Amino acid sequence: MKEEIIIAGFGGQGVLSMGKILAYSGLMEDKEVTWMPSYGPEQRGGTANVTVILSDERISSPVLNAFDIAVILNQPSLEKFESKVKPGGILIYDGYGIHHPPTRTDINIYRINAMEAAIEMNNIKALNMIVLGGLLKLKPMVSLENVLKGLKKSLPERHHHLIPINEQAILKGMEIIKKA
Amino acid sequence: MKEDIKLMKGNEAIAHAAIRYGADGYFGYPITPQSEVMETLMEEMPWETTGMVVLQAESEVAAINMVYGGASCGKAVMTSSSSPGVSLKQEGISYLAGAELPCLIVNVMRGGPGLGTIQPSQADYFQATKGGGHGDYHLITLAPASVQEMADFVALGFDLAFKYRNPAIILADGIIGQMMEKVVLPPFRKRRTEEKIRAQNPWATLGKPKGRKRNVITSLELDPAIMEQNNIRFQATYKRISENEIRFEEINCENADYLIVAFGSMSRICQKTIELAAEEGLKIGLLRPITLWPFPSEAIANHANHVKGILSAELNAGQMVEDVRLAVNGKVKVEHFGRLGGIVPTPDEVLNALKEKLM
Repeated sequence: MKEEIIIAGFGGQGVLSMGKILAYSGLMEDKEVTWMPSYGPEQRGGTANVTVILSDERISSPVLNAFDIAVILNQPSLEKFESKVKPGGILIYDGYGIHHPPTRTDINIYRINAMEAAIEMNNIKALNMIVLGGLLKLKPMVSLENVLKGLKKSLPERHHHLIPINEQAILKGMEIIKKA
Repeated sequence: MKEDIKLMKGNEAIAHAAIRYGADGYFGYPITPQSEVMETLMEEMPWETTGMVVLQAESEVAAINMVYGGASCGKAVMTSSSSPGVSLKQEGISYLAGAELPCLIVNVMRGGPGLGTIQPSQADYFQATKGGGHGDYHLITLAPASVQEMADFVALGFDLAFKYRNPAIILADGIIGQMMEKVVLPPFRKRRTEEKIRAQNPWATLGKPKGRKRNVITSLELDPAIMEQNNIRFQATYKRISENEIRFEEINCENADYLIVAFGSMSRICQKTIELAAEEGLKIGLLRPITLWPFPSEAIANHANHVKGILSAELNAGQMVEDVRLAVNGKVKVEHFGRLGGIVPTPDEVLNALKEKLM
């Protein structure tokens, strides 16, 4: 198995940390993992993105021209990455703030209203975990159990009390993702 | 899952590996994209466990001169920086080479020239492999292509530096420094005791026992006749290093019709390029120099007999390509492909370039 994933949105939406948790979860399953952020000034307020690769075999390039899965959280990222999804691949987007939805017909497009759900849960910060839940519903590449283990690994101990909230968010995401 | 398998950034791996190697000191000054090296060392507080000194100097120039001081005492000392900071260190590096001092330097390259950008680049190849500072000298230059190698090359760099009494440099870039991968950290080694340092490095300035001549560490020698002898000795060391320490990796080179030569993060991108090429039925091999100096000239020259062309793919305007051309000496066409100033090409971009330039 090999999944090449791009996660993209605004800085502050939890894009990089969602990628990190996915990478840690992969590590728990003994997979090869690579997490490569687009870092720099664009992290602060501009678009941020991270490439995560999970694989059973040695990973070659961390830099990719096409992805199996794109997780898109804002309009500029949609414009940048819609064309980069492999035919037959998956594009997941949060409808919040997307004025021009994706139009390709040769890929599987799913919508997840994660921002709305996060506001409902009274926890904006849960946004990225809701999206992760949606992704894992479509592609159970790592088990929920290992995601929770991954969360434990990637969060400092003082934040471990937040793990149940994150679990709820993941379950919420699994529930609300739907074909666009 | 084994205890010591971790997920971490290349920069963090350098820091952990230095502590585990039993390094005596780190002296640095922060600069993107390598600041996590010192951040991690400060977080780990090795001065409380192994006794390793971690010090943020007032500048890069101060840091490299602290390395000179530590190395003069036979200690395993290091510094790290990124391109503009490594330029500042060049005077000190030349002095270290001239005084035959072992140490480890890490350059996590970013786009230049000048302050340039904070994005990844390989434009300091010339600086690392051809001197950088003044005088006839070479650094043992290691080019990691994964987070695992960032960890492994700390010990390798220190060991080679001490073996040959010559500075070693890890030439990484923003991608390898910033990305996270699985890494197996080396086991903890105790820092060497002062007695052991004395025994291993009789040249070290650790205080003069009675009956022994004074040890002098200097790169200064005003008598040209002696200075020439010093240089001849340095050249003999470089020759021994060239004979014994060339390292490289070959992927699908044996029956290849074309060869890509690439190092560091670019070699990872090119690994995907040859996968894409294989899907199209093209036989492209990848030769990855692990030591950039000494350079694997002979290995490359051997492939010149059976390939139709060689592409040197680099994140610069064409630096390593000069060494590739020297290696094959006109036997086969050698072209360069590069992106500049912090832009990183995708694997298909490299494949298109190879087709355009060589087919």
